Amino acid sequence: MNPAAPLVELRDLRVAFDGQAALRGLDLAVAPGEAVGMVGESGCGKSVTWLAALGLLPSCAQVSGSVRLGGQELLGASPAVLDRMRGGRIAMIFQDPASSLNPVHRIGRQVEEALRLHRGLSGAPVRAEAKRLLDQVGIPDAARRLHAYPHELSGGQNQRVMIAIALAGRPELLVADEPTTALDVTIQAQILDLLQSLRRETGMALVLITHDLGVVAETCERVAVMYAGRIVEEAPASSLFAAPSHPYTRGLLAALPPMDGPRRRLASIAGGVPEPWAMPPGCAFAPRCGERVGGCDAAAPVAVSVGEAHRAACIRATVSAMIEERLSA
Amino acid sequence: MTTGTTPLLEARGLVRSYAARRGPWGRATEVRAVDGVSLAVQPGRTLGLVGESGCGKSTTGRLLLGMEAPDGGVVSFEGQPLPAPGSAAWRAQRARMQMVFQDPLGALDRRLPIGAQVAEPLEIHRIGAAAERSGRVEELLNAVGLRGDHAARYPHELSGGQRQRAVLARALAMAPALLVCDEPISALDVSIQAQVMNLLVELQERFGMGMVFVSHDLRAVRQVSHRVAVMYLGRIVEEGEPDAVLHAPAHPYTQALVSAIPHPGRAGRRLMLQGDPPNPADRPSGCAFHPRCPVARPLCAREAPVLKAGGADGRLVACHVTQGAVPAGAGLPAMRKAA
Repeated sequence: MNPAAPLVELRDLRVAFDGQAALRGLDLAVAPGEAVGMVGESGCGKSVTWLAALGLLPSCAQVSGSVRLGGQELLGASPAVLDRMRGGRIAMIFQDPASSLNPVHRIGRQVEEALRLHRGLSGAPVRAEAKRLLDQVGIPDAARRLHAYPHELSGGQNQRVMIAIALAGRPELLVADEPTTALDVTIQAQILDLLQSLRRETGMALVLITHDLGVVAETCERVAVMYAGRIVEEAPASSLFAAPSHPYTRGLLAALPPMDGPRRRLASIAGGVPEPWAMPPGCAFAPRCGERVGGCDAAAPVAVSVGEAHRAACIRATVSAMIEERLSA
Repeated sequence: MTTGTTPLLEARGLVRSYAARRGPWGRATEVRAVDGVSLAVQPGRTLGLVGESGCGKSTTGRLLLGMEAPDGGVVSFEGQPLPAPGSAAWRAQRARMQMVFQDPLGALDRRLPIGAQVAEPLEIHRIGAAAERSGRVEELLNAVGLRGDHAARYPHELSGGQRQRAVLARALAMAPALLVCDEPISALDVSIQAQVMNLLVELQERFGMGMVFVSHDLRAVRQVSHRVAVMYLGRIVEEGEPDAVLHAPAHPYTQALVSAIPHPGRAGRRLMLQGDPPNPADRPSGCAFHPRCPVARPLCAREAPVLKAGGADGRLVACHVTQGAVPAGAGLPAMRKAA
């Protein structure tokens, strides 16, 4: 396979629940071994994106577009194909480890189940591999912990177990949906550190879904900022934080209380996220935007390049891109 | 901390323990959720209470309002000890001390419109004539940034940020002298958190109430507080001015907490804490932090440090190493293994 080809490619992915759009056309590519952050507020569609891509949404959801994993189309694929992909090539972990693990089965059995399904192991090797996985995710005394039930472990330990299960199929991509939101700050730091070192060891790609800009800043190479079912800005992490282009991204960054300097009023974004049944006609962010102009309500802006690998969907970016084009012509 | 005026609220040596059982036949053990907490809130100022889950910060908040009776220690409000919880005197007193909870949907009655809920405290304490109350409700809703017509809405018709505003309007109805906010922003989105933090600061400037801001988020605490107390396993381990504590944390736990804040553009390695958050039912001997502490010495496992003044910036710290009783060690590997 061409090394530059993306591992996963989402094209014009759309999701609607009972006719109400939750995801309104999303394009995203994840390269092998890359760490991509997806940031946004609740309801922006960051989790729905990956649930839709992996066929995990209930049947009331209408999904359209394309999700390709190394040339294979996943949308509408047969259950047999999906079973090999999910857990095998793409694994996913969720916010609340306690509700993702089965409370009445021992940890060991749950890790071994994934190994049996995706690696076809059985007998003594499966036990040895389960212990190795728990060791790899930093659970002390792994051999004894295999016999523990989820309630006997702390939240951070349970999240480590979830990561071990996700690693069982040797995935090429790990999708982590708010993996540290339910955890304390010091434990969050441990889990993020673990994800980083696992990525270095195994070379897998990582998609980190979070509402916390600070978390992506430290973990991801590329960041996609989502708002109301669309990506509004996409950039390498360093340039996103150094030169945010979209007013929403700038608003999110300004809303973080500073660590130093004088304390002044935070620049909060007025209003709230639009409801799916009352989506503004043009740019979804326009009603809350401090830099709104007449053209914002005409049509949803298309993402244009504003720097190296840096794209933003804002009418101001569109206009300055047009001017630049004229000047260079 | 030592000012001439009487503090609005003062707590001395608060202790609260619960009986917990391990398994249906296990013997009941005493869990000390709050273990000797002393603090003071000045009128018109905010005290931030920070710590991780299970450190006793919420229990402390509840004890301060007398929503739970302490097993030891006293709380005094404006120089007078708090009346016994549940008594008539306490109910009258409580009108002046209000609480704001984390989950606004859980704190509001889903079957009542917002206006009726904001008016309820006025009715209970028989304030104003019935006819005047709707005007007062509108005033309160406007003060928290809601419109008068929101009064007719039900909680499910409001967004999360609007609900928290409604909860604040209800808390402000009695013009309280003290507001205890228990994680008031952690259930909200980032852009809405900023709105609510701004609102809290504005309301304090306008109405001059003292506040206790309980949160696990050090950034938020710095934004709204005049003083901050860091709790670990039921005790205050460090207390001081927010900037002093955040920029030059003295206690090793505070250092780890500050270092764990994810931060765009942060450079340098993070101070990583080993091990899990401690179990209050199985409290380590001596300094409760010693099994996770990178600089612990044998003394730390034997003797609990006392919270006392350290440094010129009015800071209080409870740590043997910081207080200079012992030089910094390299942790206690034997204990770490056992933990």
